[in-house]
Amino acid sequence: MDIERLKITGGIGKSGQADGVFEVEIKMGDVVSIVGPTGSGKTTLIDDIALFAFDNTPSRRKIFINGERLPPEASGDPARNPVAFITQHTNFLSDLPVFEFLKIHASVRSSADVLSAVEETVNFANQLTGEPLDPHNGMTELSGGQTRALLIADAVVIGNSPIILLDEIENAGIDRGRALELLKNYKKIFVFVTHDPGIALMSDFRIVMKNGTMTKLVHSDRAERAAAEEIRRLDEVVLRLRRLIRDGEKVEAGFLNCLPGARRCGGRP
Amino acid sequence: MKAVICAGPSTAGKTTVLRQAARRLIKAGMKPAYLKIDVQYASEDAIFASEFGIPAKKVFSGELCPDHCNVMVFSDAVAWAQECGASVLMLETAGLCLRCSPYVEGALGIAVLEATAGMNLPMKIGPMLTLADAAVITKIDLISQAEREVFRAGVMKAAPGIPVFESNALYGIGIDAVAARITAAPDIQGIDFKMRGSPPVGTCTVCVGRKETGWQKHFGVVRPLDNGIFYRGE
Ligand SMILES: Nc1ncnc2c1ncn2[C@@H]1O[C@H](COP(=O)(O)OP(=O)(O)OP(=O)(O)O)[C@@H](O)[C@H]1O
Ligand SMILES: Nc1nc2c(ncn2[C@@H]2O[C@H](COP(=O)(O)OP(=O)(O)O)[C@@H](O)[C@H]2O)c(=O)[nH]1
Ligand SMILES: [Mg+2]
Ligand SMILES: [Mg+2]
Ligand SMILES: [Zn+2]
Repeated sequence: MDIERLKITGGIGKSGQADGVFEVEIKMGDVVSIVGPTGSGKTTLIDDIALFAFDNTPSRRKIFINGERLPPEASGDPARNPVAFITQHTNFLSDLPVFEFLKIHASVRSSADVLSAVEETVNFANQLTGEPLDPHNGMTELSGGQTRALLIADAVVIGNSPIILLDEIENAGIDRGRALELLKNYKKIFVFVTHDPGIALMSDFRIVMKNGTMTKLVHSDRAERAAAEEIRRLDEVVLRLRRLIRDGEKVEAGFLNCLPGARRCGGRP
Repeated sequence: MKAVICAGPSTAGKTTVLRQAARRLIKAGMKPAYLKIDVQYASEDAIFASEFGIPAKKVFSGELCPDHCNVMVFSDAVAWAQECGASVLMLETAGLCLRCSPYVEGALGIAVLEATAGMNLPMKIGPMLTLADAAVITKIDLISQAEREVFRAGVMKAAPGIPVFESNALYGIGIDAVAARITAAPDIQGIDFKMRGSPPVGTCTVCVGRKETGWQKHFGVVRPLDNGIFYRGE
């Protein structure tokens, strides 16, 4: 199925009040963030999308694909499900080795060449992790970051899904700058639930949640993209700091002056 | 009246699925009655009676395997539910035997499996899944989508051709389709029913009271560690 657009129509929040935003339209290629305080209903909204809710979840929202309700066969048959969803629960429970698991998943998803899909998935994942994962290890033996990286790679490569939903990509210690960069090579709809200002500002627009409802849509403009660039530089400083600490080095006062482009730098590079 | 037999390992979510289904069936104007079969402890009948005010009952299988107990009591249960004026009998069984089927010809058999139980579960539970009319996978909220798809593929491989419903039974997500399947089931006919599948081939001497270990001490269908089963006796 060719997906051109996804529409969310509003329902109700935690105490029955109506969504402030009545309609959200997402086009193929859009990157959208869902933001809001803890407990504000971000996961609930992304769940609605993942389930193609149609007035049958507590929020009573409706999801339309290309203007229509998704036929039940499409969400029932995994090989035809257009959505890949990476949830906040990062642990695998599967008792299979990574390689076996990916092989089964690739055949469920009718990959043309199962083995090369598995290999591409492992390579993709290993670009996001600190230490590469070994495909002969059990799924449950992976670290938190490796698990998250594998889930993302699996969704993009094996799932080959036109719509990718990610709940809090930032919390797993994977290289999210690299992840965004890699993801943008694929033309898909990306929806991120995020507390990360960088990801939010890099998106085309963001849905602001409060009290279980969608309260506002904010589109990123030029000024915000510039701000995102500044945040990226800030991230670089944090990354450098992290590298210092990981390498067992000491951190000196004044490290903030090491922002790329800053005039003077007291500490180490 | 329709009859539904719902089986699945302990904590799979049978009660949760049936509660969510009952809520929907009642809303659609049906009158459920609920019967729980368990080995030695059960409290679900009280939940159904207080939550929905419907006729609810439990029976302990005790010495019998719960599936065999089901065979013994099923006709009585149908008569009981009909006396109560029910339009659907929902029977929950632990289905512990794994050799024989908890299902009965003419009644809708639903297997409940929790997605968190390990990828090989569908292969382990035998006729509880393979002879069912439908499978419900619960707890999809607790695992990744990739694992969901692989688990579902395992269920479909073990029981080809039956509908598989994925659910987060706690929130009732995915249960509409289960309720619709129950609504679409034909009414049961009469009060004489046959168990699905064949009962196990032999009763072992352990079942009738012999406690010594070692196949040499036993008769009937026996098995050593390294060979298959064989018949020992006169
Ligand atoms: N529209 C809604 N209708 C009914 N209940 C809702 C709705 N939105 C949220 N809730 C309930 O509010 C609670 C918190 O929601 P949720 O888990 O989606 O928050 P969150 O924004 O993802 O939080 P966190 O940042 O901690 O992950 C949940 O129990 C959820 O069921
Ligand atoms: N998270 C989650 N928990 C569930 C789900 N279904 C059932 N449970 C929980 O699993 C436990 C066992 O469920 P129960 O229905 O009593 O299982 P039964 O022994 O098969 O009847 C309970 O604590 C339920 O609340 C589900 O879909 N998701
Ligand atoms: Mg959340
Ligand atoms: Mg129970
Ligand atoms: Zn038995």
